[in-house]
Amino acid sequence: MTTSPTFDTVQVGDLLPALQLPPVDRTALALFAGASGDHNPIHIDTDFARRSGMPDVFAQGMLGMAWVGRVLTGWAPQSRLRRFDVRFQSITHLGNAMHCTGRVVEKLDVAGEHCVRIALQSANQFGQTKIVGEALVALP
Amino acid sequence: MVDKKWLGHELPESVLPIERSRLQFFAKAIGETDPIYTDAAAARDAGYADLPAPPTFLFAAELDSGASYRLLEALGIPLAKLLHGEQGFRYHGAACVGDTVTVRSSITDIYDKKGGALEFVEKTSIATNQHGDRIAELRTVLVCRH
Repeated sequence: MTTSPTFDTVQVGDLLPALQLPPVDRTALALFAGASGDHNPIHIDTDFARRSGMPDVFAQGMLGMAWVGRVLTGWAPQSRLRRFDVRFQSITHLGNAMHCTGRVVEKLDVAGEHCVRIALQSANQFGQTKIVGEALVALP
Repeated sequence: MVDKKWLGHELPESVLPIERSRLQFFAKAIGETDPIYTDAAAARDAGYADLPAPPTFLFAAELDSGASYRLLEALGIPLAKLLHGEQGFRYHGAACVGDTVTVRSSITDIYDKKGGALEFVEKTSIATNQHGDRIAELRTVLVCRH
């Protein structure tokens, strides 16, 4: 069992353990459509995607955000997560293998709690950024 | 163009029961292997009442209820042109198996960029549990590409 981070031991610049995902495939998109309730056919039906002017189906934004969330919950217990914000910068295509990272950028007190601000990013194997974000985690 | 009259519009509430098999399915779909998300005993050992919903799960509430799709239809944004621009969560408490979460949303901003080539709709949501406790706030920016 890994030890959870504490406010005193964490330093600005620390990297959270990164998460490497396998290449996005149609199965992953179909499973996430069912599990998330996002039944938009643009993610699961190639014919619909092409009629919509896209080359093929592409990943749900919330799938990418959930992967980035795993970087946070893999580092500190979810009960310590206070805020989690992302911007979807570009479309995640089939075959993209996402690498999700987090870095401590600030130690601060918020509402009487010791917190750290985490800068988050996910990029594919070609170095193209797909998601940037930020989280606030309260630490003991 | 998205009509500005929708600014301030309140969506009908969406009720999402937090169910075990759904959370286990969600964990599988996002590749989550930490047992606290699939094994009730592990979740209890970690201090949760039961399996906790992962950080982004509550977004499902308005998809399951259909409120999201009805909103898009009302706004005149076809699924073929929809993109997700931004998403944010503020957390105040956990949602675990057995809880029932109610999400209430309103439209809080409508704007466009690039001379109207991209239109943006911001939706802000409050999620409460069956005890009336606020457990999260959500902020969603939907994008319509032209």
